[in-house]
Amino acid sequence: MTSTRCAACKHLRRRCPPDCIFSPYFPSDNPQRFAYVHRIYGASNIAKILQDLPVHIRGEAADSLYYEAHCRMKDPIHGCVGIITLLHQQIYNAQTQLSKIQAEIAVLSAKAQTESHYQHQVEHVPNVDENF
Amino acid sequence: MGGNPPCASCKLLRRRCAQDCVFAPYFPSDDPHKFAIVHKVFGASNISKMLQLPLHQRVDAVSSLVYEANARARDPVYGCVGVISYLQNQVSQLQMELAVAQAETLCIQMQQEPAPIATNPIMLEAQDDKSSFFLHQNNLPQFLSFSSSNNVIFDSFKKESIFGQDMIS
Repeated sequence: MTSTRCAACKHLRRRCPPDCIFSPYFPSDNPQRFAYVHRIYGASNIAKILQDLPVHIRGEAADSLYYEAHCRMKDPIHGCVGIITLLHQQIYNAQTQLSKIQAEIAVLSAKAQTESHYQHQVEHVPNVDENF
Repeated sequence: MGGNPPCASCKLLRRRCAQDCVFAPYFPSDDPHKFAIVHKVFGASNISKMLQLPLHQRVDAVSSLVYEANARARDPVYGCVGVISYLQNQVSQLQMELAVAQAETLCIQMQQEPAPIATNPIMLEAQDDKSSFFLHQNNLPQFLSFSSSNNVIFDSFKKESIFGQDMIS
């Protein structure tokens, strides 16, 4: 008889009931997925989080929990907060660059306006010879 | 007699707070919420395991765990991933604005350059092509160097079709 236990029940070495809270989101072909979330959150916390959510969004929750667990495994100090910090830095850098460029545009536009105004004046100065 | 009061963790867990309690330096008794939230999301024993780090790294680890726990409490579905998604959209938006601003700068500069033989319509068209070349060749300003380290993780998760939406800008 082939085993049809989900990855969670396999990991927890228990029978996988028909209404297993984990089985839709932790299929047996991806044992790492449950191993990571179990390591960071624990099975009962995962079950609690999923149970408190409507069924149609549990998949998204399981995915985000896996993502965060994965980040924490890769970076035990910062987890996914390291990525958030990096993004904040990128936003700050981009805003600074944007402000610089916008200031540059303002200067260039003002210069272009001044030059065009001066050129207009030069074109309309009466010929000196006409006055003599 | 009268030792130190129990830390927030040991108060919540209703146990004696030992001298070498792993939680005490990071979860003082005057901030019970801090431990309560990480305990709710991760569990005390998992926190204890995750604090098995060199001492000088534990403060940062606790800070990030508290941040993640709070994010998960605010958004039980997406947690920190929701924050990451939002910030990535901001980065994309800023990248577009920068590209537009840089193109505008180039246009103004080219308009101000003395046009050699600008009356010839063919030459005018060639100049237009030059400005569009700068626009289309590279959508990102050259002086920006966004680190793509986070994209490595997003790429591998995209292959698993986790979110069904493109999180990478």
